[in-house]
Amino acid sequence: MAEQSFAGRAAIAGIGQTEFSKRSGRSELRLACEATMSALADAGLEPGDVDGFATFTMDNNPEIELARAIGAGPLRFFSRVHYGGGAACATVMQAALAVAAGVADVVVCYRAMNERSEQRFGIGAIPLAPVATTETAHFGWYAPFGLLTPASWVAMQAQRYLHDSGATTEAFGHVSVACRRHAATNPNAWFYERPITLADHQASRWIVRPLRLLDCCQESDGAVAVIVTSTERARDLRQPPVLVRAAAQGASRDQQMMTSYYRDDIGSLPEMAFVARQLYEQCGVKPHEFQTAVIYDHFTPFVLAQLEAFGFCRPGEAPEFVRDGRIELGGALPINTHGGQLGEAYIHGMNGIAEGVRQVRGTAVNPIRGVEHVLVTAGTGVPTSALVLGRG
Amino acid sequence: MDPHHALALPHPRPGITPDNRFFWDGLRQRELRIQRCAACHRLQHPPAPMCSGCHGFEMESIVASGRGTIHSFVIAEHPAIPPFSYPNLIVLVDLEEGTRLVSRLVDVAPEVVAIGMAVVVDYERIDDELTLHCFRSLETAGG
Repeated sequence: MAEQSFAGRAAIAGIGQTEFSKRSGRSELRLACEATMSALADAGLEPGDVDGFATFTMDNNPEIELARAIGAGPLRFFSRVHYGGGAACATVMQAALAVAAGVADVVVCYRAMNERSEQRFGIGAIPLAPVATTETAHFGWYAPFGLLTPASWVAMQAQRYLHDSGATTEAFGHVSVACRRHAATNPNAWFYERPITLADHQASRWIVRPLRLLDCCQESDGAVAVIVTSTERARDLRQPPVLVRAAAQGASRDQQMMTSYYRDDIGSLPEMAFVARQLYEQCGVKPHEFQTAVIYDHFTPFVLAQLEAFGFCRPGEAPEFVRDGRIELGGALPINTHGGQLGEAYIHGMNGIAEGVRQVRGTAVNPIRGVEHVLVTAGTGVPTSALVLGRG
Repeated sequence: MDPHHALALPHPRPGITPDNRFFWDGLRQRELRIQRCAACHRLQHPPAPMCSGCHGFEMESIVASGRGTIHSFVIAEHPAIPPFSYPNLIVLVDLEEGTRLVSRLVDVAPEVVAIGMAVVVDYERIDDELTLHCFRSLETAGG
């Protein structure tokens, strides 16, 4: 709300994506190009208008390669955010900051990956003879004992969450059922026309107890790009502007990369609560003023912790909150109306930003009526980020 | 250990830096060490180059009693990644000194592991360079 803030001064003017698959058959750079060209066309802009890029440190496509391929440049802003999927909303924050500061005019935020067909995150990368760095020292507290996969890192916190809240794994299942229900009516979703029941969730095989297969997001090939420009400029473009009403990053005390196990309470996500406080301060929106939300769903347990972090319910009450269709279409807070990463695709959170934009525009396949504000969150268990998107 | 076996199934290793070397050296001597600030005696794990409490850079270590309780745990089943055997019980242990660490729980059935279970440290020699800590149920270890 502060006048000096960048909040509200930048807007998403275009979104673009490839198909979401298990084997794209194309290079990751080509996916980045296709999504970017699609987003530029959506906005009514040309590659020559682009003067900035923001992406993840994990993305394999350097900004300059993408710029070279689409014929953009010269570039005056390029920025990358670390910590896996925690970077998703932060790319838009970086772009909004650059635009609000007058450093760049048109920034492409992108994520392109053949995560299923080429570089799978879930198979457990083993550092057999690591070079001694701060990060290999960190993984040394986990990998030698077999804690090697994202599912296993999250499961440790999920187990404690169940213990502290008294909930059962059915609470995780409600999240999975909601996302798959929404994906079932989204033709772009991998799980289009394939809803599941709670019984399906409970019957799915263990991955890392207490997580089952249906608690884990998909692995996907695909790309998403969004175009950020000034709110002023966005008003003159093809689409109604979707304002970045608030954007924030957060890392909390004693933060680790997926293994913040040393705090008194390991079931909650204080870094996301910190992001929530910043968002609410920036735009003045309160939890009940979101008509829908895209809650990062790499693993279902952290959806519960995020609902608590944002104040949609009190700590420990998310297992009750997600029951009875409350987070489904027609419920009090429909989440992940595109199907989320459990149902649509795992594009490291960028497809969730695109869905937030569609809900504000009124073009989502599962539209929510009268959307004023959408919350979009990024990867959890890691230093993270989130956005409030709203009508221009 | 059969050297061919070791070659066939390499074990994941830590990156060893000047800040954590004392810990891995300790395991080879069957000692579970905890980093302590030489100035304010604050314990911290994982270790760091300095004390985040008093900001001193002189760090030392103590030897833990090896007793603790399970704060949380997971039972890894899929994917099965060599050289680990599955299901793999991985635990987060509250040491009685107050720090917490990730380890493996051995000789305990998956149906039996529970938060709050009393455990005691043991050691698994992987090869000449690497020994790991693991934990056993205090009850069955007769501790």
